[in-house]
Amino acid sequence: MKLPARQRTTRDLKSLQRLMTATLMRPLTGTNRLQGRWTDGRTMKAVAESFIKPNDRLTSIERLQIYARCYWFRLIDSLYEDCPGLRAVLGDKKFLRLAEAYLARYPSRSFTLRNLCRRLEKFIREEPRLTAPHTALARDVVRFEWAQTVAFDGEELPPLTADDIADHPPTRLRLGLQPYLSLLALDHGADDFVIAVKKQSEVRTDASNTPTAAPHAAKLRHVPLPKPGRVYLAVHRHDTLLYYKRLEPAAYRILRSLQAGRTIVQAVAGVRGVEPDKLQAWFKNWVELGWLCRPG
Amino acid sequence: MPANRFNAFTDYGIGIGLRVPHYRHILDKKPVVDWFEIISENFMVDGGRPLEVLDRILEQYRVVQHGVSMYFGSADPLDRTHLKKLKTLVRRTKTPWLSDHLCWGSVDGNYTHDLLPMPYTFAAARRTADKIRQVRDYLEVPICVENVSSYAEFHVSEMTEWEFLSEVVELADCGILLDVNNIYVSAKNHGFNPYDYINGVPHDRVGQIHVAGHTKFEKYILDTHDHPVLDPVWKLYAHAVRLSGVTATLLEWDDKIPSFQEVHDEALKANEFIDGARAAKKPAPAAASR
Repeated sequence: MKLPARQRTTRDLKSLQRLMTATLMRPLTGTNRLQGRWTDGRTMKAVAESFIKPNDRLTSIERLQIYARCYWFRLIDSLYEDCPGLRAVLGDKKFLRLAEAYLARYPSRSFTLRNLCRRLEKFIREEPRLTAPHTALARDVVRFEWAQTVAFDGEELPPLTADDIADHPPTRLRLGLQPYLSLLALDHGADDFVIAVKKQSEVRTDASNTPTAAPHAAKLRHVPLPKPGRVYLAVHRHDTLLYYKRLEPAAYRILRSLQAGRTIVQAVAGVRGVEPDKLQAWFKNWVELGWLCRPG
Repeated sequence: MPANRFNAFTDYGIGIGLRVPHYRHILDKKPVVDWFEIISENFMVDGGRPLEVLDRILEQYRVVQHGVSMYFGSADPLDRTHLKKLKTLVRRTKTPWLSDHLCWGSVDGNYTHDLLPMPYTFAAARRTADKIRQVRDYLEVPICVENVSSYAEFHVSEMTEWEFLSEVVELADCGILLDVNNIYVSAKNHGFNPYDYINGVPHDRVGQIHVAGHTKFEKYILDTHDHPVLDPVWKLYAHAVRLSGVTATLLEWDDKIPSFQEVHDEALKANEFIDGARAAKKPAPAAASR
């Protein structure tokens, strides 16, 4: 990529910004330095010198490296904060390797770091070697941790009222679920595991300061990895606090059906052997928790 | 210029950034604070605790929004989804003005989450000013753009940073959030005189001032917001208020955050310089009686 000597247009500006972004988003070496070679075979030194001025204390590549480090330190720090469970599953070394590979393939596409983990489960599925032999557990844990992010600040619609269901026969009545509610069918008890790992929950926030050093997240408590076993979960919030609730398989299936837009009759018909009293108690509980709303 | 059209003719005094570790103290003790600055992105969410806390703060305090991801200087067009969320928040907070940085940080929709320096060119100034105008027209609030601290400069630059800032704000007809700590950091990193910078910007456009702490390394300084404000930065602040007038001032403290009281006390040190600036403007009694 050759830059024009003078910048006259927005296209010229974009060329410069593309080049700098590409250099920053290239993974650093093990000693947190820019790699020696650029993608076209030129030295990184030559690439940096092509667009960044040196000064009397720092070379062009040293100045570029300050930004590259800030980029990687900031984003990996954010993953540390949002994924303590995954880190506990993999250990620091493997977690870091996964984080770098993830960010290299899926750079942030959002204005907020809140969404940084959105595609992490997909990436783990695509690259199972990076989490082997704990890939299934890693996926479960990441799904649970992302569900917590959604539950923390996801949208809340007005809860269902008696008026909403009046005059609707059950054969035609459809109910929505709150957008902040995630329903998970997991192969491990990721919920208890992550809660045990978290000593305290810090909320990640965006700011305009500059990170000074590589992430040095606090040591995590050692927690035995959970054994395989099917778990159905609802991750939600109540009065702004995060909760998770284990569900019976039939309850999970009914909620999933409602979420998929089926009528109450269709949702309930999809499960067998549930006593009417139990069904009634589930629905009562879901209404009390504010999970049900008008369909979107 | 304590109140001007770039800060909606307000005179807000001295504020601090609203940060998570202080939530409990603020909500329980309700300390007296002139105003809080919020990072817009932390509240551009759809629900949950962030908005609940914000609403409780809004019941008691004046709030001004400060953004970190508008990226006026990015060659990319504005992100409409981002703008819509921001407008929703603007309506909620009733912020009298809104600030973000004179920088870029994303390209082709990929975000670095950093405040990257601009090439100081006339083409970039025109593009940046055009985007600022679009944002102001859409949000319907005055905009102040903040100078960032930087660690690199581009060969293609055609002017100094303060000339670029002046060019942009004149073209956009917007205000300046003058960050005197960022000026100090960049001056040290690039070897210019920070007073030349402050002298060189249009003072009548300064709608707000930021002060903060930084960290010195062997060959450069980083804008870390994790220390009290250093003396040279307070001196620059005093110079800025002498030229621009006393205007809304905010202390940023984003890492290694101490107690609320310590942060607020640090911010209130600005009063010493504000009083000095006011005294310098006041005519002597004898002269006044003539």
